[in-house]
Amino acid sequence: MTEVSESQPLDAEQRMSTAPSDVEAPVGIGVVGWLRWAWRTLTSMRTALVLLFLLAVASVPGSILPQRGTNPIRVNDYLANDPVKGRILDRLGFFDVFAAPWFAAVYLLLFVSLAGCVIPRAVQHWRMVRARPPAAPRNLGRLPEHRLVATSAPADTTLDTAAAWLRSARWRVDTTAYDGRSGTVAAEKGYARETGNLLFHMSLLALLGAVAFGSLFGFKGTVIVREGSSFADTRAQFDAFSPGRFYSDASLPPFAFTLKDFSADYQRGGQQNGAARDFSATVSLVRAAGGTPQQQTVAVNDPLDIDGVKVFLVGHGYAPTLTVKNTKGEVVFHDSVVFLPQDGDFTSTGVAKVPDAVPQLGLSGFFLPTYAVDQVLGPHSTFPAPDDPAVFLSAWSGDLGLDSGRPQSVYRLDTAGMKRLGIKALAPGQSWTLPGGAGTVTFDGFVEWASFSVARDPGKELALVAAVLAIIGLALSLLVRRRRIWVRVTDAGSGATVVEVAGLTRTEHTSVADEVDSLASALGTPTTTRTTTPAPAPRGET
Amino acid sequence: MTVNETLATYSNYLVYGAMAAFTVAMIAFAVSFASMRGRDLEPATSLPVAEEGGAVAVATRVSTSTGGPDDGALPPGRRAGNIGMSTMWLGTILLGIGVLLRGLAVQRAPWGNMCEFSMTSALAISVTFVLMSLRRDLRWLGVFVVTPVLLILGASMTFLYTEAAQLVPALKSYWLVIHVSAAMICGAAFCIGATVTLLFLVADASERRHAEGRSYRLDGLAARLPESHRLDAMAYRIHAFMFPLWTFAIIAGAIWAENAWGRYWGWDPKETWAFITWVAYAAYLHARATAGWKGRRAAVIALVAFGCFVFNYVGVNIFITGLHSYAGVG
Repeated sequence: MTEVSESQPLDAEQRMSTAPSDVEAPVGIGVVGWLRWAWRTLTSMRTALVLLFLLAVASVPGSILPQRGTNPIRVNDYLANDPVKGRILDRLGFFDVFAAPWFAAVYLLLFVSLAGCVIPRAVQHWRMVRARPPAAPRNLGRLPEHRLVATSAPADTTLDTAAAWLRSARWRVDTTAYDGRSGTVAAEKGYARETGNLLFHMSLLALLGAVAFGSLFGFKGTVIVREGSSFADTRAQFDAFSPGRFYSDASLPPFAFTLKDFSADYQRGGQQNGAARDFSATVSLVRAAGGTPQQQTVAVNDPLDIDGVKVFLVGHGYAPTLTVKNTKGEVVFHDSVVFLPQDGDFTSTGVAKVPDAVPQLGLSGFFLPTYAVDQVLGPHSTFPAPDDPAVFLSAWSGDLGLDSGRPQSVYRLDTAGMKRLGIKALAPGQSWTLPGGAGTVTFDGFVEWASFSVARDPGKELALVAAVLAIIGLALSLLVRRRRIWVRVTDAGSGATVVEVAGLTRTEHTSVADEVDSLASALGTPTTTRTTTPAPAPRGET
Repeated sequence: MTVNETLATYSNYLVYGAMAAFTVAMIAFAVSFASMRGRDLEPATSLPVAEEGGAVAVATRVSTSTGGPDDGALPPGRRAGNIGMSTMWLGTILLGIGVLLRGLAVQRAPWGNMCEFSMTSALAISVTFVLMSLRRDLRWLGVFVVTPVLLILGASMTFLYTEAAQLVPALKSYWLVIHVSAAMICGAAFCIGATVTLLFLVADASERRHAEGRSYRLDGLAARLPESHRLDAMAYRIHAFMFPLWTFAIIAGAIWAENAWGRYWGWDPKETWAFITWVAYAAYLHARATAGWKGRRAAVIALVAFGCFVFNYVGVNIFITGLHSYAGVG
């Protein structure tokens, strides 16, 4: 595809942008030449464009394949269902795209390219802002906007009037002294365009820095707390804890809370039957060791904030309370066991491990807040609220495998060394006498649990500042027009003064015509009006 | 808080009324466009020559520099165009009241699920169009804007339809108003931007072929459009104006995410596609400043970017499960 250049190259003095011109081929010989070529290529606009594309394309698999960071369970499912493809994808980092080296390579190259482009441009822009507006071209008639004005005022006064008019309209003005025959005023406005452009790109660099800072020094953890139970903010109490590389435990404030009550409301009836309408957790919070407990509510969109550590309510579920007695009637297990919801109606699964029973006992099964059973779905829940709760348990006897030394999930029963005793559905208060003299299981009732995400990101304020600056820079760079006006006053002899007003702009919003017109009428009577056929469509610049 | 069923029903009637008005507008705009006299497609430098074949038989008028191609004394299609414009206003007002009543019925911002979001987005598109038409003659563009508006409204009242209901807890925040309305306004403007870009590609293809002395299948369409450089400039202006707002929409979403989920950015599918859309529009803006990428190639990037935006709305909502699964589509 050959692209015909649509606009004539501007003279160096007319260039209004510090945008680099693209380099086409290697220059120079030897290592230095090649390095220079590589650097110029990397910092060219075209490379930045290609890298932007790559960045977009590289992000796509992160939204289509399950990701470790957001959904580790589905990653494991994928690996279990398709081990061959899964292993290859895993090796290539496709299950953790945004932490993969190839993704980092793209954005780091992009940011190097950006820095390499923006920093020299900032220096250049700094010089341009401090320099005088460029002198008037010899032939003002060739510029896109050009007016001739007749006036009877003396040439030097007209020159002063023009300069004063432009200054009061906040143009940067440079006047050449009237030499007795002619004089010019050069003016420029809209430096904020390039300033904004540079501010935007530098803010992006700052944003990247803030993200990095936050992830290196911050932490994030999740914890499930049952009603009536407590959580103290130490690393050991988290169910999952991911600290940044330079995180230290000293930055974890010593707060603790007890979950007093969790409540949820659901839509009843209609198309969105069962959709959640309200969640909230009431906690009794102790902000510092030895402090007095305060009653606080944590809700979605309404986190706790304890010295920069935020506690968010992220999920909830049910924990059936189970009691296991042996044949002698001694209690060998009594606890509320966290069951994890599997669907929108809170069909929940979980296990209870009873190592103190002889032989050891394991219970696995479902908690169903609104119990139903059918041929296709088996036991399932039909509504998320506990309208008709039940557990559906299977009991296993044998070796739980807890002494093997291998780490075990609390949500999974290793039944390799066990044999199944039977299955049973229980309503609250009901007991099940296990076959073979293994004791009794009682479903006493349930409590609710809430899961909390506890996080500290010390980079987020910086990220916000960078983001706000980026928007300001973007708005300036896309909405401000850079433009120039020149006025040449010539003494035509016999008391007549010829005034030429000309304008140039390289941005495509509107032309500089209106400003040229009002300046022209401020100086006298325009004898020409704006041209009817504008120059070829002005093209954009950054 | 309960849902006011009466208001919700009236809201639906008004939306149907708006759809009727938009249908009339679409037909009127189409008639207007078809009966419009096209402009001369020959390059300005070449001498006027008799057209061979009937493809460009209508190309008799040289357009003036201001306004659309259908100004001048008593041009054909003007009356139909006026009918289109007034029914467009009527439809916009009816839809506006319909959306307002939906909001009053549920006592919150009327964009809590896909049905409401589509409805309000259709309103945003039609409002953007009629506001733009106050500043310049856009009757030539009418049919290309009212058609997507009707399609979106049709979708929202049929397979996306969700009855008026309360919000899920995650959406109960004033950020819903800020973040989602910014995203909707961007969506509306990007939709019009993409339409103009598509028309630019037609006009550009036709102009290129005529410069080589050939004709183009879509000459009949191209002759009724403004010159390609005008379409290009218009599309650029829309995109350049909206890009900062899109950036703002993403940042507002990040602030909300920080407050609701404990992190301002987590590569949730919706976030990922918002980022991809942002990068694609950034690529468009850069392409326009890069030699060899202006014009056609930049236009294609703008269309790809709009495709990403649409995918983020339709694809991510329906096919991908993530934290932003609020579609309410059962």
